[in-house]
Amino acid sequence: MTRRRPRVAIVGAGPAGAYAAACLLRARGDVEIDLYERLATPWGLLRGGVAPDHQEIKRLQDRFDRETLGRGCRFLGNVEIGTDVSHSELMRHYTAVVYATGAQTDKSLGIPGEDLPGSRAATEFVAWYNGHPDYRDLEFDLSTSRAVVIGNGNVAADVTRMLTLSPRALERTDIADHALEALRESRINEVIVLGRRGPAQVAFTSAELRELGHLEGVEIRVDPDDVELDPVSRRWLAAEGSFTARKNVEQLREFAARPARPDAARRIELRFLRSPVEIRGTGGVDAIDIRPNEITETDDGQLRARPLDADVETIECGLVLRSVGYQAVPLPDVPFEERRFVLPNERGRVLTPEGEPLPGVYAVGWIKRGPTGILGTNKRDAEETVSCLADDLRAGTLPEPSSPGRERIDALLGQRKPDVVAVEGWRAIDAQELERGRSEERPRVKLASRDELLATARQT
Amino acid sequence: MTYVITGSCIKDDDCIASCPVDCIHPKPGAPDFETAEQLYIDPAVCIDCDACVEACPVDAIFADFEIPEKHAYVLDVNAEFFAELSTAERTAA
Repeated sequence: MTRRRPRVAIVGAGPAGAYAAACLLRARGDVEIDLYERLATPWGLLRGGVAPDHQEIKRLQDRFDRETLGRGCRFLGNVEIGTDVSHSELMRHYTAVVYATGAQTDKSLGIPGEDLPGSRAATEFVAWYNGHPDYRDLEFDLSTSRAVVIGNGNVAADVTRMLTLSPRALERTDIADHALEALRESRINEVIVLGRRGPAQVAFTSAELRELGHLEGVEIRVDPDDVELDPVSRRWLAAEGSFTARKNVEQLREFAARPARPDAARRIELRFLRSPVEIRGTGGVDAIDIRPNEITETDDGQLRARPLDADVETIECGLVLRSVGYQAVPLPDVPFEERRFVLPNERGRVLTPEGEPLPGVYAVGWIKRGPTGILGTNKRDAEETVSCLADDLRAGTLPEPSSPGRERIDALLGQRKPDVVAVEGWRAIDAQELERGRSEERPRVKLASRDELLATARQT
Repeated sequence: MTYVITGSCIKDDDCIASCPVDCIHPKPGAPDFETAEQLYIDPAVCIDCDACVEACPVDAIFADFEIPEKHAYVLDVNAEFFAELSTAERTAA
């Protein structure tokens, strides 16, 4: 008897899912892969996260396309696992299921006023300006003169740039049309970026930090006192600081030494060792109260920010974007590690609460390791998960699905989700977006509503 | 001449695999790999073959005489990176 070809469902068509599909096709040419995606479009945060002014990075989608969809991997867009199709249904139809669902929500600050209109997660702003269909109707008050961004990572850098780039610069990108319109009218002329810890502990890459100081018509301001390192940070930087950490401190000192530019249209101010304690306002954000911190070293050598017993300072502002980290949400019927916000796993094999491998269930990307690393990190991550999956396939330890074959899952999808977006539908969306981009001399003009996306996909 | 990796690097490691003289650092598994924000080409070893340029999925690699103006500063950053890297790490395969 000849065995059927193994069939694998990958849930989530973001970078982790794409790298996993490409890697699995290289490892096992006989595997049939279905790549599920909640949205009508693939590539996850490469499309909906990477900032519009970083177009060069979006070229990675060509590689993803060639190495997955171009090699027979099926795209099943507009299907949400856990809602349209359950985990147990997937397990009945596939030899293995790989979860690559990422981290779909953001961490909160846990301070009063965080839920005021005008106080938002930076990730919501990112999804809005990148044309994620679920976020297009959000409104951001850009009629105010000052915004505060909380966080010192690359998402904080991205939103800071998007708030300060000139309309002329934005027009050359694939920013969503609704965001372009709103940002054209923006009256924000100052963005204050707050870091809980000091200059030596920022999570920016030195390339992104440098970029903040080289935006056309934008002044960067850093208080020289803020870049005087405390003794703990100085010792840590010399002994354990990475190349990037040292470059960042050097870069911040250069910013601090720059003369003032009163003529600049917009200003970015980076402030360190400050934590928000309350966001205040009635009906909107009027101000944010912040408190100074100092750096201390814990017994296990970690550097932490500890609040100082000092007066609270009030910054008047009309918009607060918090960017203190992504967080994964549990998936229905799949084990979840509540403390680390990941699927419990060993090298990508998902584990039961008892710590035993759950046969045929795998994880890759942020839902496996937490929201860390950059795009390419997912490649090594995918290689690890795929090597476990390939080992299990080779060893024959995975149970045969009870309802195998492509026809059966297609029949189920046909009932549940008549408007599933297949590769042809995505190609139609892609072609239309690129075509609109050409006529406006932009890299791409995104279709940003679910209805428009689905209607375009249906035209195939 | 030499090739240089710019700040658009996403640490997809295809360039490392493509390099015939193994001059791209840090490598997966090296102590500084995880904290590195990008990869760097050792100009003392690079033989200007352009295999890495072909391998890079985001076109982040340029010949030193063709670097776009906004990325020109990376030549200095690259030199600093290799000035700090120990000879042992540099020659380890």
